[in-house]
Amino acid sequence: MYVAVKGGEAAIDNAHRLLAEARRGDPAVPDLTVAQIREQMRLLVDRVMTEGSLYDPDLAALALKQARGDVVEAVFLVRAYRTTLPRFGATEPVDTGAMTLSRRISATFKDLPGGQVLGPTFDYTHRLVDFSLGDGTLPAPAAEAEPAADAAACPRVTDLLGQAGLLEPSPEDLGAPVGDLTREPVDYPADRALRLQALARGDEGFILALGYSTQRGYGRTHPFVGEIRVGAVELDITPEELGFPVGLGAVDMTECQMINQFHGNGPVPPQFTRGYGLVFGQGERKAMAMALVDRSLRAAELGEAVVVPAQDQEFVLAHCDSLQATGFVEHMKLPHYVDFQAELDLVRRLRAEHAARAAEPEEPILREAAE
Amino acid sequence: MNAQATNPDITVSAGSGYNFAYLDEGTKRMIRRAILKAIAIPGYQVPFAAREMPMPYGWGTGGVQVTAAILGASDVLKVIDQGADDTTNAVSIRRFFTATAGIATTTRTAEASVIQTRHRIPEAPLSEGQVLVYQVPIPEPLRFLEPRETETRQLHALAEYGLMHVKLYEDIARHGHIATTYAYPVEVAGRYVMDPSPTPKFDNPKMDDCPALQLFGAGREKRIYAIPPYTRVRSLDFEDHPFRVQSFERPCALCGARAIYLDEVVLDDAGGRMFVCSDTDHCETRRADGHTGEAA
Amino acid sequence: MSEFPTTEPLLTVSGLTKRYGRRLACDRIDVSLDPGEVLAVVGESGSGKSTLLSLIAGEVAADAGCVSYRMRDGATRDLAALSEAERRALMRTDWGFVRQDATQGLRMAVSAGGNVGERLMGIGDRHYGRIRATALDWLARVEIAPDRVDDPPTRFSGGMRQRLQIARNLVTSPRLVLMDEPTSGLDVSVQARLLDMIRGLVAELGLAVIIVTHDLAVARLLSHRVLVMRGGRVIETGLTDQVLDDPQAAYTQLLVSSVLAA
Repeated sequence: MYVAVKGGEAAIDNAHRLLAEARRGDPAVPDLTVAQIREQMRLLVDRVMTEGSLYDPDLAALALKQARGDVVEAVFLVRAYRTTLPRFGATEPVDTGAMTLSRRISATFKDLPGGQVLGPTFDYTHRLVDFSLGDGTLPAPAAEAEPAADAAACPRVTDLLGQAGLLEPSPEDLGAPVGDLTREPVDYPADRALRLQALARGDEGFILALGYSTQRGYGRTHPFVGEIRVGAVELDITPEELGFPVGLGAVDMTECQMINQFHGNGPVPPQFTRGYGLVFGQGERKAMAMALVDRSLRAAELGEAVVVPAQDQEFVLAHCDSLQATGFVEHMKLPHYVDFQAELDLVRRLRAEHAARAAEPEEPILREAAE
Repeated sequence: MNAQATNPDITVSAGSGYNFAYLDEGTKRMIRRAILKAIAIPGYQVPFAAREMPMPYGWGTGGVQVTAAILGASDVLKVIDQGADDTTNAVSIRRFFTATAGIATTTRTAEASVIQTRHRIPEAPLSEGQVLVYQVPIPEPLRFLEPRETETRQLHALAEYGLMHVKLYEDIARHGHIATTYAYPVEVAGRYVMDPSPTPKFDNPKMDDCPALQLFGAGREKRIYAIPPYTRVRSLDFEDHPFRVQSFERPCALCGARAIYLDEVVLDDAGGRMFVCSDTDHCETRRADGHTGEAA
Repeated sequence: MSEFPTTEPLLTVSGLTKRYGRRLACDRIDVSLDPGEVLAVVGESGSGKSTLLSLIAGEVAADAGCVSYRMRDGATRDLAALSEAERRALMRTDWGFVRQDATQGLRMAVSAGGNVGERLMGIGDRHYGRIRATALDWLARVEIAPDRVDDPPTRFSGGMRQRLQIARNLVTSPRLVLMDEPTSGLDVSVQARLLDMIRGLVAELGLAVIIVTHDLAVARLLSHRVLVMRGGRVIETGLTDQVLDDPQAAYTQLLVSSVLAA
């Protein structure tokens, strides 16, 4: 006799125990510490913080450990934790012009006030596997840096160009409250602040591919890297009861300002326009791709035709979030017995009708030899 | 859906470290407002600020948020997926509310005050005071005809639903009958066309004039909609091709029930199959009452 | 003015202006159209003739000017003052719009029958058999064989697609049809057949038509009146034969002579 499947609860418990064991791996190998992940997998931690929209290196490192190194799963853990956090207030806008720089490069000017600061970068390395990394030897100490450049001596490239009127100015800060897409549903068309939020939280791979598509002709924006700066910025908050800003500490960020050729449109004179990218930690690839896509998404605002995916904000915003995407793709694993039954029934019926139609011509009826 | 939920003494569930039913009260209030608006405009998709939940998008985050917002301490919760109480996701969601709200759960349709469901409506008729919460993946019935949200909202606002009938026309032209078997679109209270979630069209008639409140939550798409009790729900069709539900040739092999929705169970690799109730509670109740099918 | 009683025009366009940046696409255009009258708008590409059509259809917002239309109930309404619901209802019942690019005017993934039936379903017809019979009737009138009723327009030739567009637009018996270069891009023999069909339908149904074309032969064959545009302005207007046989404006003379020379 057939008995309907039971025991889902026990199976789930067992699966969770097996997961815990698999996460730990071979117990003869020492357990990975959160500090090790935080210090030695820093770029991964930065990515989890950026896409998780929460600056907390220890939490991101712990999430990576719990997620067995799966970035999207780690972002998921951070986001689900972030949802439950109370909101005390909003910081003042960060001043990236006053950033304590660890890296600063411009592709538009060979020399500029403050100079180019290469900082820790893979850019000029040969990608040869370094087998000596396996034996735990310490690297030779880095050269001492010169005294940190005074922020005032390292103005943002976009501020330099802006003075000559060649570059569109930053939109004026009117002090209006900034939307929060984790607290309000997106209503299309979304303004630029919301679009930038979505891009910052968006999946790095997706944003990268979209940015790349604009370079290959799917919505060209003629970009130049005005400046990439990496370093620490101070966070200030103005408590209502005090009325003046109080420092909270510093966070590491990467900012990318793309400048894009623009031929003008009616009343707007020819000038350079901007695309903007900002992420936590060191994340140049993401910041650059974000800046490319930000500029593309301004097509409608600048009177350009909206034809390719990277210019279409409904397309980009609705699909850039890795949690939404992974959830919906992976939910296909959930049972669909009921819908499938309905489709099975339909296909059988359509096949029967098809067979009946095929049998209509007056031909001798062939019987299958075996049934 | 009990008034006790507002009693501060019971808003924190013992031991979980989270607020009663996980969500904070501010979020619950926001969701309840969306629900009230949805009830006031039957079938209209109300945008709401869906939170990131500790389960993935597509696994019922919308339904879970609606349930969390309406649950009170004395509620009795039933969770089904594909009609069954013991499928993995149903178990997971039931446990979530046991852990965060400490409420009683049941598998009996008649005993539940709130029923969260994915893809089915229970076979046993629902009664006044019950709430059926649907998990919805794609709330927009026009989505696959028109991908743009700005345009679909315009079509709803103007009640311009000709396109929906073009889809049904194409079905008939190609197959001789309407070939939509689940997520079959309905018109609610003579106004909005609504996606009933991917329930088989077999369940559509149960939505019409139902004594229970029906709430629909789509987390990823951030929409809530509702059918108030005793509301007219009409499946779209043509006068000369009226809406029809699926019918099964045989009864449930376990309990002998007819005119219910059946799951096909593959028994072996030699083509052996049997058909049993998709609604496990319905099947068990009938068997307890002494009904048997051919395989029992 | 006139001593004879005149009927009120079906469509009146006055002072219609549209600017793109510094360029004036349409500069204070005045047009009126009587029921059953066919007006050809001719000019080279960039003359503003297609913009004029989009402005009249309300697809592009005008910077200045007004389009008013005598509705079926006899009341003349300013189209800009219609609600979006009224505007859309008007467009899918009393107006038609045949596009140069058939993929813009048809649903390419929907069968020919569904394309013709859409307007009927849009105005509430819920009887499949009746919708299909009407679609078949209209396909016959535009010379599309009944066995193609379930084929999508992707499998149709260019000429068939344009005929299908016409059927899809005429199924609700509109009184005004806008046509944007309906024959361009087609072979000469296909063009001739299509023009012949349009002429027949227009006469039979008493349609008012505004047809935009760069082809003076099309204007001569179909229209009662011609409006010549250049650089967003109306250069000359009058009865078709008069304008084409005895053009007054220097530009029109050039246009007509270049056609003759070609």
